[in-house]
Amino acid sequence: MTKNILEVKNLKMYYFASRGVVKAVDDLTFNIKKGEVLGLAGESGCGKSSLGFTLMGMPTPPGKIVGGSIKMEGRELVGLPEDVLRKEIRWQKIAMIFQGAMNALNPVYTVGYQMIEPLLYHMGMEREEALDKAQKYLELVGLAPDIVYRYPHELSGGMKQRVIIAMALLLEPELVIADEPTTALDVVVQAQIINLMKKLKKELGLSMIFITHDLSILAEISDRIAIMYAGKIVELGDSKKVYYEPAHPYTQKLLAAIPRLHEDVERLEFIPGQPPNLITPPTGCRFHPRCPYAMEVCREQIPELKEVDKDHYAACWLL
Amino acid sequence: MSEPVLKVEKLKKYFPIKRGLFEALTGHPERVVRAVDGINFEIRKQEVFALVGESGCGKSTTGKLIMKLWEPTDGSIYLEGQDVTELKTQEEIRDYRRKVQMIFQDPFSSMNPRFRIYDVLEEPLLIHGIGETRAEREEIIHKALEMVRITPPEDYVGRFPHQLSGGQRQRVAIARSLILNPTFIVADEPVSMLDVSIRAEILELMKELKEKMSVTYLYITHDMSTARYFADYMAIMYLGRIVEMGPAKVVIDNPIHPYTRALLAAVPEPIPERREIIKELPIKGEVPNAANIPPGCRFHPRCIYMEKGLCDVKHPQLIEYEHGHWVECHLAGKI
Ligand SMILES: Nc1ncnc2c1ncn2[C@@H]1O[C@H](COP(=O)(O)OP(=O)(O)OP(=O)(O)O)[C@@H](O)[C@H]1O
Ligand SMILES: Nc1ncnc2c1ncn2[C@@H]1O[C@H](COP(=O)(O)OP(=O)(O)O)[C@@H](O)[C@H]1O
Ligand code: SF4
Ligand code: SF4
Ligand SMILES: [Mg+2]
Ligand SMILES: [Mg+2]
Repeated sequence: MTKNILEVKNLKMYYFASRGVVKAVDDLTFNIKKGEVLGLAGESGCGKSSLGFTLMGMPTPPGKIVGGSIKMEGRELVGLPEDVLRKEIRWQKIAMIFQGAMNALNPVYTVGYQMIEPLLYHMGMEREEALDKAQKYLELVGLAPDIVYRYPHELSGGMKQRVIIAMALLLEPELVIADEPTTALDVVVQAQIINLMKKLKKELGLSMIFITHDLSILAEISDRIAIMYAGKIVELGDSKKVYYEPAHPYTQKLLAAIPRLHEDVERLEFIPGQPPNLITPPTGCRFHPRCPYAMEVCREQIPELKEVDKDHYAACWLL
Repeated sequence: MSEPVLKVEKLKKYFPIKRGLFEALTGHPERVVRAVDGINFEIRKQEVFALVGESGCGKSTTGKLIMKLWEPTDGSIYLEGQDVTELKTQEEIRDYRRKVQMIFQDPFSSMNPRFRIYDVLEEPLLIHGIGETRAEREEIIHKALEMVRITPPEDYVGRFPHQLSGGQRQRVAIARSLILNPTFIVADEPVSMLDVSIRAEILELMKELKEKMSVTYLYITHDMSTARYFADYMAIMYLGRIVEMGPAKVVIDNPIHPYTRALLAAVPEPIPERREIIKELPIKGEVPNAANIPPGCRFHPRCIYMEKGLCDVKHPQLIEYEHGHWVECHLAGKI
């Protein structure tokens, strides 16, 4: 059995906003094995990016970790001082490809300049050496090494996303959190980027959390899948099991809502209503206002993740 | 066969690119972006025609030309037999705007944030002088909201757009597009910004209203799967041209043009067994700039079947490959 590289237990991260407390990451427990891709899916606002930032040890203000544990290769990260996180963990152990980062590249600096900055700063590398390393990683992601001399506006969307991926890999992290890395891209480029991520997983033995709201993309890459709803993981397990025998009503409905390319679907299912706000989420099971099977107990008590099969868990009172 | 509701003939839209001072001084010829470069298609009553392609291929430009938001560089558009480009007087144009409506991708930016939902829906009624009294207009507005399942309407008419969810906003946008009883709707990526669970609801709703209100749709999308689900016919666009066109299922199940094949190969599918394989994408490079369209077949630099001396010099014609299935490729049927 391969070792867990990341172990997350009862993790909670809340935003203490003036409107109230937003419970964006609320009691999450999951593990990731070495070399494994965990796909994380859920609707807009359910807390996917918030979880990513939390694992990086940098929840966006006014967010704070209020409970739980994050263990990276056995080492507890919750409570570590910021300078230790910065020197030893962030980018070196866990890196993140931020949602929309390709559009946030600085237009006034060359790609190379933006890439080597962390190498000079973190690793105290010489300029030449850092530039060499940047070029090596550009090649790894399928770009010409002389891209280091180009400016972001000279690159296509696909090329920019590859630069962002190369940047995340520069300090040789064990785990990469990829937050919607293909969302704004056209379908051909999207497929090329997914191919690249698969290649990196294989060649570098990289572990990954792949975040997307698109369940079709998720299936293309994930070994295991976590489905999030309103700040909680409602289903978790082996990707084949989650796709073929979804146990949670929310997962079942989501899968029935996607049109298939080569199948005739008479009617698509949809989920009436909308996801709740996370300041005053519904009591009990947070899905109960939209769930066709909701019972008395669902309104009153929070269902915990239960094992429904080997490596397959769901949080629902029906189980 | 019934007459088409909408017919587009040899439609072109070129946008001039501003020359730099140096270029202007040296008498550099003015360059253009050929956003739409000679396309033809017809849509019959109560049918959905999907225009599919990657960003920048000219889909929205086509939609805006049909909406008469822009004038074409060349070509014609006929609505129920009438040449739309000939409409000149204010009255003619207003009448046309009543018959042809648009639904946009971003339900938020398509609504005045300072308008309450009531005002959003009353505006078109006022412009077109529909409903004599406020009470009459209110009744029409409530009916329209009920039709898109924003119920009870009383709870929503007083709200501002930001007080609705994305799906609700898009349903209000649909109500607004239907309130004038249009003949034709241009829906430009109407579900791309919505979550899956809500996306299906909007598509279902548009489908249902098609029957109820007997509207005809141009459905603009980059998503093949929703096109298959929602559309009867589909056209694949590449750099301003339609390269393949036919019944949606035929195009998807039996694609002939190399570009269509590449697009289809790239579509992600919810099949977890595929995760081990690196997908072969039968296409090279990236979409060139629309200001710099390659000679011959404009797809040739990316085509894996490209035949030198033919594809790179001669422009292929759109031919009827099989009944109702059109393809613009020199090698159609041979590859
Ligand atoms: N800095 C912040 N302050 C207060 N609330 C926040 C902050 N950032 C996010 N939130 C809230 O936390 C919740 C989760 O947001 P998050 O960005 O993690 O969602 P997401 O799942 O990544 O969504 P998307 O798919 O749209 O990217 C949302 O309700 C959001 O409004
Ligand atoms: N107002 C405009 N001025 C100049 N160029 C434009 C304008 N609108 C669109 N274009 C160009 O026309 C081409 C087609 O654009 P568009 O119709 O918006 O594509 P799509 O909707 O398929 O993404 C693109 O190259 C785009 O940059
Ligand atoms: S716990 Fe109850 S409300 Fe929640 S998903 Fe299960 S049946 Fe539905
Ligand atoms: S005409 Fe030639 S280059 Fe163009 S798509 Fe057909 S085979 Fe490819
Ligand atoms: Mg996010
Ligand atoms: Mg567009």
